[in-house]
Amino acid sequence: MKIVIKLFAGLRDRAGTGDLFIELPSGATVKDAIDTAQHNAPKEWTAPTSLMAAINNEYVGFNAVLSDGDELALIPPVSGG
Amino acid sequence: MKEIKTMTPRQVQRYSRHIIMPDVGSVGQRKLLGSSVLIVGAGGLGSPIALYLAIAGVGTIGIVDFDTVDLSNLQRQILHQESDIGRPKVESAKETLLSYNPDLNVILHDEPITSDNAMDIIPNYDVIVNGADNFQARYLVNDASFLAGKPLVDGSILLFDGQASTYIPGQGCYRCIFPEPPPPGEVPSCAEAGVLGALPGMIGTIQATEVIKVLLGIGDPLAGRLLIIDALSMDFRVLKVRRNLDCPLCGDNPTVTELIDYDAFCGVNIPTVEPVGEPVTAD
Repeated sequence: MKIVIKLFAGLRDRAGTGDLFIELPSGATVKDAIDTAQHNAPKEWTAPTSLMAAINNEYVGFNAVLSDGDELALIPPVSGG
Repeated sequence: MKEIKTMTPRQVQRYSRHIIMPDVGSVGQRKLLGSSVLIVGAGGLGSPIALYLAIAGVGTIGIVDFDTVDLSNLQRQILHQESDIGRPKVESAKETLLSYNPDLNVILHDEPITSDNAMDIIPNYDVIVNGADNFQARYLVNDASFLAGKPLVDGSILLFDGQASTYIPGQGCYRCIFPEPPPPGEVPSCAEAGVLGALPGMIGTIQATEVIKVLLGIGDPLAGRLLIIDALSMDFRVLKVRRNLDCPLCGDNPTVTELIDYDAFCGVNIPTVEPVGEPVTAD
């Protein structure tokens, strides 16, 4: 299945892009998607430890299972004020 | 919230564009006049938050900040001006706010918010607004607001990115979304990475709008929703979030039942002596 990953805030700079299109076996989880995405970006990047994931704009845990066509958003916290 | 029974003719005129709105009206305006809001941080976010709440007629505004105005603040912190450089931010803030609205009652807390003083300050206000510039204060204010049963309007910024949400006790909190703080160095501060000067204006005015809605009990606050803004692409999106049953603070079996050591929690040690040079907490 194909999904799109949207990277936010500092992740865009780390990966060198805000949009990643990746292919995953069916049954893949958010964690699987992140593992794959880390090696399929313009820059090799490491997912931060503090990270929020949302599938199709809805918060999910890292064990959530993805479906074909899903959009996975990865949002790190920011804390400037 | 104090009950305000009448408004002066000047107040009726000043707030006429509110009063004419059916969702505000005289009743709503008097609610605002009788309410109190605590703003943590008189910096980038705190500036527009405080200004818009002051001119909206919020009766009492408390401001917590221990910092002084630095030249590098003036690119975005619209409470402060060139002549304020070196002054305590709370004093500069009070002067600016009173020049906009002399009826305002401003309460200054010229100190950092800590586990020792948070529960003496936060319970005195109707709504808490977070414009803190570091993770320790962000988690501290989240925890203290929940423990005090106060709605918290949170906002944060970095580079071109902003986040905002409203946490109503029992409906989720910052820890539900980000249970663990990032280790030191993982997420840079505005002093380290920069922030677009207009961005705190965008997020701060959203926070001020949320505060007014919560005080008036109108509309749908960003409860259960996290707004994220990417100003570079001007992409606004609202993510559905929910109370995490395993949340250590507001979950079903909480382990955080009182304030903790947030420096230790975030893995940082703030030196007791102010470092020389560019203040890193001046955002």
